[in-house]
Amino acid sequence: MKMKRFLLLLLVLTLALPLTGCQPAPEDAESGAPSSAGQVVNVFNWEDYIDPEVINMFEEETGITVNYMCFTTVEDMIVQVEANPGAFDVCFPSDYIIERMINKGMLAEIDFSHIPNADPGSPETCQTLDHLLSPDYDPENKYSVPYMWGTVGILYNVNMMPEDFDPETTSWSILWDTRFMHNVIMMDSIRDSMGVTLKYLGYSANSTSVPELFHARDKLIEQKKLGVVKAYQVDETKDKMAAGEAAMAVMWSGDAMYAIDNATDAVELDYFVPVEGSNVWCDSAVIPVTAKNKANAEKFIDFLCRPDIAALNWNYIWYSSPNKGAIELIEDPEGDYAYEYTDDLTLSPSEEIMNKCEFFRDIPEDYLGVYEALWMDLKNTK
Amino acid sequence: MLSDMSLPWWAWALMGAGLAVFVAMIAVTIKRNRGMHRSLFASPYTLWMIIFTVVPVILISYYAFTDANGNFTLDNFKNFWDSHYEANKVIAAEAERLGVDYSQYIVRGTVNWDTLVYSLWMAFQCTVICLLLGYPAALFMADRKMKLGATLVVLFIIPMWMNFLLRTVAWMSLLEDSGLINSLLKSLGFEGVQLMYTSNTVLLGMVYNYLPFMVFPIYTVLNKMDFRLSEAAADLGCNSFQTLYKVTVPLSVPGIVSGITMVFMPSVTTFFIPRVLGGGYTMMFGDLIESKFLTEGNWNAGSALSLLMMLLILVSLSILRKVDPNGEGGGLA
Repeated sequence: MKMKRFLLLLLVLTLALPLTGCQPAPEDAESGAPSSAGQVVNVFNWEDYIDPEVINMFEEETGITVNYMCFTTVEDMIVQVEANPGAFDVCFPSDYIIERMINKGMLAEIDFSHIPNADPGSPETCQTLDHLLSPDYDPENKYSVPYMWGTVGILYNVNMMPEDFDPETTSWSILWDTRFMHNVIMMDSIRDSMGVTLKYLGYSANSTSVPELFHARDKLIEQKKLGVVKAYQVDETKDKMAAGEAAMAVMWSGDAMYAIDNATDAVELDYFVPVEGSNVWCDSAVIPVTAKNKANAEKFIDFLCRPDIAALNWNYIWYSSPNKGAIELIEDPEGDYAYEYTDDLTLSPSEEIMNKCEFFRDIPEDYLGVYEALWMDLKNTK
Repeated sequence: MLSDMSLPWWAWALMGAGLAVFVAMIAVTIKRNRGMHRSLFASPYTLWMIIFTVVPVILISYYAFTDANGNFTLDNFKNFWDSHYEANKVIAAEAERLGVDYSQYIVRGTVNWDTLVYSLWMAFQCTVICLLLGYPAALFMADRKMKLGATLVVLFIIPMWMNFLLRTVAWMSLLEDSGLINSLLKSLGFEGVQLMYTSNTVLLGMVYNYLPFMVFPIYTVLNKMDFRLSEAAADLGCNSFQTLYKVTVPLSVPGIVSGITMVFMPSVTTFFIPRVLGGGYTMMFGDLIESKFLTEGNWNAGSALSLLMMLLILVSLSILRKVDPNGEGGGLA
């Protein structure tokens, strides 16, 4: 998901060849198929975003060959899907990109009767968490099946917080608290930083109202002038936090998980979503309208939604799982994982908070221009 | 969002014609000289230059003067002057649609201009500091009585074997709150100090990275200088200070000019250092161009900024050229 910038940078810096197991571009995806047509599925996913064992298990159980290909940016993914009709059967875009693809007519309606594990029409078998069903970007739940999800929140250094700090009642206003002089890392990402500020001010994270956007800009400028901001960064932040360089950082829950796991011994990190709610993101499986193996694609998606498989992938990726059955398996004290999933606020924020969270919508390009102009004003503040 | 490389037919035709002219010129040279001629040895480099210098400049100019649909426009330059130019149009349309007064939100955005001025100011400071540090160092290294001179040259070169990104990131582990310097201070019982993420940290990173580009041109000129001239000056009654500013410095002007050019040019276009050592707090012009291309995906606006940047460098070079008209300092200016 949003590791893309980091991955891109890594790619540029090292000029590394694509990681093993991933063919970067679909020159002739079909030619890799065995002679019996229909026994192949072409999957296009983020780099390092599936447990490789899952692919082997699917091939063994169904006899369908998986052509697994990877992308590092969603823009690249869209271009590839448009330029190579028929090359991909399953893709994994994020929320607002799904909306854009739906509007462009790029996505096929999914036949959920073939995907009982995620069929909203049959609540007995559907494993998808309720708050991820019928999301704003796909209101009728026709085109997408959630794969991994998460939130934007605050990663904090437990030892640097004041006595009275309680993550469950804290507002975004803590980012403007002068007790944390030079100690807050903001996200150098327009939509995310504007989004959380808009939420803090009680607006929608997808606002296109001019007064609201200027209000958010002025609030961010005020924060910079107060001197609480240590830096505006994205890729570097998780390592800085893990090294104990700052008290708080605005961060995606996936990166937060990584930082919490990789923190040095002296540093204890935790994550919360402030009470006003935040942005929630979701990477979902979709089927391009040009897909040649739609039935196999649906089999593959259904396989991913099987609780044991979803749990395997969760244990590999460590983002929040959308799968009820998987969460039960993960929590089972006798099971393989025995992890207290619902107690982990990073992976599983309270329902109350989740109700206040919003997906990013695909904002029209001219309004994105307004966002960019306002963000540059912040950058220009000395 | 990123523009694909769909150029109009005439752009391709122009490039094709350029290559055809190039091939024709080679053919003519061979014919006229009835075989090989020395000028032919320049053809690989000429080809290289056409592909990697001339063509990119044409492309940048093309993007700078067109919009996303490839139509001619000057909006990219209006955007340079007023970063809110496009946003204001949207806001005005919105105000009309809602029938409200948004005049308070229609403002000029000065980020591009301010960033340019800031970059020039940083580059100026960097160049001055590099000159003040570099000239004595070069003088010391070029001094024949100094056995250490050669060792110093090597010491200056060794860090340059490393990639500049790594060198910059290395500074981070020195200056961070939990870095080497602060750990040392704290272990000695002092308070830690905030060293990262200031303008001065960025300046430090720039001086560190560009200092060798000042030292070496000056060193080369001083090293070639006839040291008997200094002896003659001394014979004629100059003390060592007078010798320095009446003989040595004037003779090393070409080196100084070349050094200033080689430090100033990359300083103005610096990027990455402000992001790593400055924490994204302030931007330099290079960062601005980068964000236009990579974050906003607006190649046209980014190209306009790049074109202005190139113009600016061209102007500064022609000013410097007046100081060193014969190009003795390597002819860079």
